[in-house]
Amino acid sequence: MTSETFLFKQREWVALAILAALILLVLPATVDIFRLNLVGKYLTYAFVALGLVLCWGLGGILSLGQGIFFGLGGYCMAMFLKLEASTPEATKIQSTPGIPDFMDWNQVTELPFWWQPFHSFGFTLIAIVAVPTAFAYVIGAAMFKRRVGGVYFAIITQAVAAILTILIIGQQGYTGGVNGITDLRTLLGWDIRTDDAKFVLYFVNAVLLIGCLVLAQFVRVSKFGRLLVAMRDREDRVRFSGYDVSNFKIFVFCLAAAFSAVGGAMFTLQVGFMSPSFVGIVPSIEMVIFCAVGGRLSLFGAVYGALLVNFAKTSFSESFPELWLFAMGGLFIAVVMAFPFGLAGVIREHVEPALLKFTRSVALLRPGAAAAPSSSK
Amino acid sequence: MKDEPSKRLMPVTRRTLLAGIAAMPFLTTGVAPVMAADYPTAAVNATGLAVTDDTVKVGILHSVTGTMAISETGSVQAEKLAIEQINAMGGVLGRKIEFIQEDGASDWPTFAEKAKKLLVQDKTAAVFGCWTSASRKAVLPVFEQYNGMLYYPTFYEGLEESPNVIYTGQEATQQILAGIDWVVKEKGAKSFYLLGSDYIWPRTSNKIARKHIEKLGLEVVGEEYYPLGHTQFNSVINKIKLKKPDVIYAIVVGGSNVAFYKQLKAAGIDLSKEKPLLLTISVTEDEILGIGGENMAGAYAMMKYFQSLENDNNKQFVAEFKKMWGDNIVIGDVTQAAYLGPWLWKAAVEKAGSFDIDKVKAASPGIELTTAPEGYVKIHENHHLWSKARVGHAQLDGQYKVVYETTDLMEPNPFPEGYQ
Repeated sequence: MTSETFLFKQREWVALAILAALILLVLPATVDIFRLNLVGKYLTYAFVALGLVLCWGLGGILSLGQGIFFGLGGYCMAMFLKLEASTPEATKIQSTPGIPDFMDWNQVTELPFWWQPFHSFGFTLIAIVAVPTAFAYVIGAAMFKRRVGGVYFAIITQAVAAILTILIIGQQGYTGGVNGITDLRTLLGWDIRTDDAKFVLYFVNAVLLIGCLVLAQFVRVSKFGRLLVAMRDREDRVRFSGYDVSNFKIFVFCLAAAFSAVGGAMFTLQVGFMSPSFVGIVPSIEMVIFCAVGGRLSLFGAVYGALLVNFAKTSFSESFPELWLFAMGGLFIAVVMAFPFGLAGVIREHVEPALLKFTRSVALLRPGAAAAPSSSK
Repeated sequence: MKDEPSKRLMPVTRRTLLAGIAAMPFLTTGVAPVMAADYPTAAVNATGLAVTDDTVKVGILHSVTGTMAISETGSVQAEKLAIEQINAMGGVLGRKIEFIQEDGASDWPTFAEKAKKLLVQDKTAAVFGCWTSASRKAVLPVFEQYNGMLYYPTFYEGLEESPNVIYTGQEATQQILAGIDWVVKEKGAKSFYLLGSDYIWPRTSNKIARKHIEKLGLEVVGEEYYPLGHTQFNSVINKIKLKKPDVIYAIVVGGSNVAFYKQLKAAGIDLSKEKPLLLTISVTEDEILGIGGENMAGAYAMMKYFQSLENDNNKQFVAEFKKMWGDNIVIGDVTQAAYLGPWLWKAAVEKAGSFDIDKVKAASPGIELTTAPEGYVKIHENHHLWSKARVGHAQLDGQYKVVYETTDLMEPNPFPEGYQ
């Protein structure tokens, strides 16, 4: 088989085509706009899962704090949208018109200076990626340069997620507190709450996701991707070979953060608000679960994992509002016990061989082809 | 308002008591029910809601999992009871109510997702739900965009007035002002120590309380906030001991309550001695279950409803509630407010002669309910309820004894001038 082609192997091209067809054609054509918007929301988590495949699956760096970056990206977008929604006319019943409503409720009378740049859409777009990436760089540099890794790193990322949640909740005059930043209306005058807008945003989201997936694949097959795997399996040997391991780790951690941030911003646009409940420990761990269910070594698995787990969450909770958490717990335990490599592992180990066998047997049945296997001996 | 609604509450004599029982909705099975045939579906449902010739679908949207489940379960039970009672007497415009229950899972985005599902996919004619302000803020844009009707049961901070929401709990000024006046007049309170959990409701409520206290020329000697879920209150208790306020005004929420009241007692502050006196707006009978009656006894709460209210509506309500959900259950302020939701909606639909949201909205102001367990209530132009303010005194058995109620209904005023 000629498996080495540009960027993807042949079977991966097929997988990419199937995924693209599914999210760009099949789902929009078959699902009503309400469900499509939900799928769009699930796909924003797939950005985080993609980052985790690189960071955790390949690089062996388990981050239990990806919600930090998802949240920061989402908050940057929400701040821009909130400022646009808080025109002096729209907020004239407040004691200080022209500032976001939650600031007014908290006796803040002036827009804080660090909110000011978010009047600019260009700045916001840059900030969505730059702020979380810079924060990831700070965490990464502080940890990896000191050779902190493994479980300790995971615990520290959890702690950072908890700290950030407390900070956001505590500074409610500037961040909206527990309520988050709600009631977002328009993006540059374009009403994001209409069905048409949801439809457009779904496609923007899907195309961005596929773009990120291709970028992640590029990283994976590059020399850097091989180094990541090498670092995961034998860090000391990579270091003795003369590579600066910490810089590679920081880079992949920042990349995962940037992916998450894009997901967070798209989440804000599609759902219409952002709250600290996406920043904390629980959502961060949930995002790792999406990745684990999909298969932590497979980029495609990450997308399917995010879709499947969230779909299960929605449908279980609609059917059994009081028992659904048990069903979810059961699903996770079953996946981890039975399929340690997730969905991707199942497909690779069971579905693909079966398909191969099937196509071979079909080929055998064809007249003329029957002699082929014996003659090849 | 021209009429004085409170005057319509008659003094209870035996005759009016009997009349009252007869007027109770769930006992009026003898009265000819409204027939669905009188209201053709095409006429009562012009906007494609889930209304058929004999059923109408509504939504129930509360957290039944997660940290808020303990608080919101009572509301779910109350709403189901009200729906069952309405169905038993023939439904709404001759149609039986079918409810679709969704779980908000104590997670605000989930609330928004489920609210949207109930409106867009299920086409429910009304939704009874939400508890925390955060969940209400999350669903509000959804209800306004898809034009749904939400009945929100919790006492809350005010500063909101949506045409798509009926607020069946008290807004902050209704809950607070009369109680503070009472504690100043009856208990001679001069100094207050304000504390609360750190989010919008306690902060706004304390702001209103502080302005009112200062208007009366009295003193606030401290004001502090702690994160939700906080369990170490020793430092603030020491400060309280040092400052010796007459009143501790506490709005601690959720699980933190247990730690706060236990630590108060352990620090030697016996609430029943009323030195200082403790006044709260966040502890209903439901929370006392967790705190323990012995830790709470002697505190005062400002609410509009207590399970122990002595009136026939309430006795009937408590009996029916216990029959449906078990004898050990307690009923707090929010549970009763949740119970009002389906009844107020029914009354508005019947007044409008239609399930259409815009007609229900227009019909809602002025709707009155004489059968409410808390007594007479009426919907104000601003979609909040006229209701009485009451002060309850916590007893060892976990119940409140009503020690004060306003003679008139308090006007709801979600944007109080001079208190912002």
